[in-house]
Amino acid sequence: MTIGLGHFLTVAAILFTLGVLGIFINRKNVIVILMSVELILLAVNINLVAFSTHLNDIVGQIFALFILTVAAAEAAIGLAILVVFYRNRGSIAVEDINMMRG
Amino acid sequence: MNTFMASSFGPALPEIILAIGVLVLVLVGAFMGNRSNWIIGTASFALLAAALLAVGLTPPTRTTIFAGSFISDDFARYMKALVLLGSAAAIALSSDFMEREGFARFEYPILILLSTIGMMMMISANDLIALYLGLELQSLAAYVIAAIHRDNVRSSEAGLKYFVLGALSSGMLLYGASLVYGFTGTVSFPGIASSLQGEASIGLILGLVFLSAGVAFKLAAAPFHMWTPDVYEGAPTPVTAFFASAPKAAAMAMAVRLFIGGFPSITESWQQIIVFVSILSMVIGAFAAIGQTNVKRLMAYSSIGNVGYALIGLATGTQAGVQGIIIYMAIYLAMTLGTFALIIGMRRGNQYVETIADLSGAAQTHPWRAFCLAMMMFSLAGIPPLAGFFSKFYIFAAAIQTGQMMLVVLAVIGVLTSVVGAFYYIRVVKIMYFDEPKPGFEKLPDGAQAVLIACSVVVVFFWLIPSPLVDSAAHAARSLFH
Repeated sequence: MTIGLGHFLTVAAILFTLGVLGIFINRKNVIVILMSVELILLAVNINLVAFSTHLNDIVGQIFALFILTVAAAEAAIGLAILVVFYRNRGSIAVEDINMMRG
Repeated sequence: MNTFMASSFGPALPEIILAIGVLVLVLVGAFMGNRSNWIIGTASFALLAAALLAVGLTPPTRTTIFAGSFISDDFARYMKALVLLGSAAAIALSSDFMEREGFARFEYPILILLSTIGMMMMISANDLIALYLGLELQSLAAYVIAAIHRDNVRSSEAGLKYFVLGALSSGMLLYGASLVYGFTGTVSFPGIASSLQGEASIGLILGLVFLSAGVAFKLAAAPFHMWTPDVYEGAPTPVTAFFASAPKAAAMAMAVRLFIGGFPSITESWQQIIVFVSILSMVIGAFAAIGQTNVKRLMAYSSIGNVGYALIGLATGTQAGVQGIIIYMAIYLAMTLGTFALIIGMRRGNQYVETIADLSGAAQTHPWRAFCLAMMMFSLAGIPPLAGFFSKFYIFAAAIQTGQMMLVVLAVIGVLTSVVGAFYYIRVVKIMYFDEPKPGFEKLPDGAQAVLIACSVVVVFFWLIPSPLVDSAAHAARSLFH
């Protein structure tokens, strides 16, 4: 059996689903949410690189590099906001993000 | 060299001016610290004015640069002007607020400018990579701005919520973008449009759904609106004013460019998604706002409803619809910024108050302010001859002109929900004019006063001279359908 485009897309889809579920089902810790966000972005990267190889087109890989860069910036900002929140609230449990209820 | 500059970078001049200016301001701020607040505030106005001038000088012809990923046309010029004015108003509104609340920082105008560059990139993006990078620049700056009052637990919670849900939404948008790339073989909007002849594959439709979900998140359209009330309530009021104005216009422009520029041949596929999102936003905006007691939460639901109305224009997919969206966003910006200028004026006994009950009897203590707020509320409710009536009129007219059953029904639902919405807008007027007066508010800061006057003039006198706005919107809409 050769490993083709379909396999890569399946792995990416599973990782993406895990990431989304990690954000919604997780009831414990905001750090886990940050990890889930990274998982989503990396799933997208697998998708893009797989398509790029399949189509024999470089644009997908360039897109993936941009996403890696932005993901780094996003993680930095997310952690910074989390530190600020922790100083004010003394906790980073998801259930403590409840000052405002909508 | 000169001709090279003129030919290849000219259309991006407004962005380049802002980007270089921001870098200089960051350095000034880093060396001078918070003593430089005044300089940076003034310089950021100057930069926005220079960028606005550059937008005005950009030729109206359709030009693409950076290998087709950046496009400049009439539509982009119009929306960029709106975004620049919205950002300038957001900085003006914050003038006294930050000092009074004790968190005046030089970073605030800088972050607004960075976010503005991101919005201008979103408006001019002509491929998925440029769209994503613009969107992220706008969002990353916005997450930090939401948490700018870092000693306040509500502000940092707003920042955290905005960050988590924003990151999720850009992930969904990206997943959609990767599928669209895979099934069309290109990321550029014209390329996607030309590769989509005939029936769309299931993978592409899936990608389109994820893209729409990401866009709806950024627009705060239902069912992806959960973050809006909390972020609007928790963030400092001038920041909320910013979130409710310029980024909405930019996200709407991005949605128009994406769907109409990238997927014109499969209109039926995305039309259904937009119609669904639009109906849900209008209904939630109308009904969920009724029970609110906080003015900022009320404005959050109001903005959800307004996005729903503007999306009717996108659902038509016609030139008249796009013209309606452009007019709608311009008038919506004036109404929202005017309302927030008045909310910022709600300060009594050395603190800011923000419940609707605090407005009680304001007509007796502050007749002019109460009159302006009443005009804003009537306009948001869509009562003629105020501007809000015309913005809805153009949108509904465009939907009915198409003659499609689905869109006519959509317009009827729009009219019905605006009747429901009128209830809570007019309740604010009733509380101001007929309830027992409370102690007066402090004097309105100069920046808020200037924004209030400008917005009130637009809202109250739009019907006298509508042609500048309407005609230029028609030109802008035409540039998308060539």
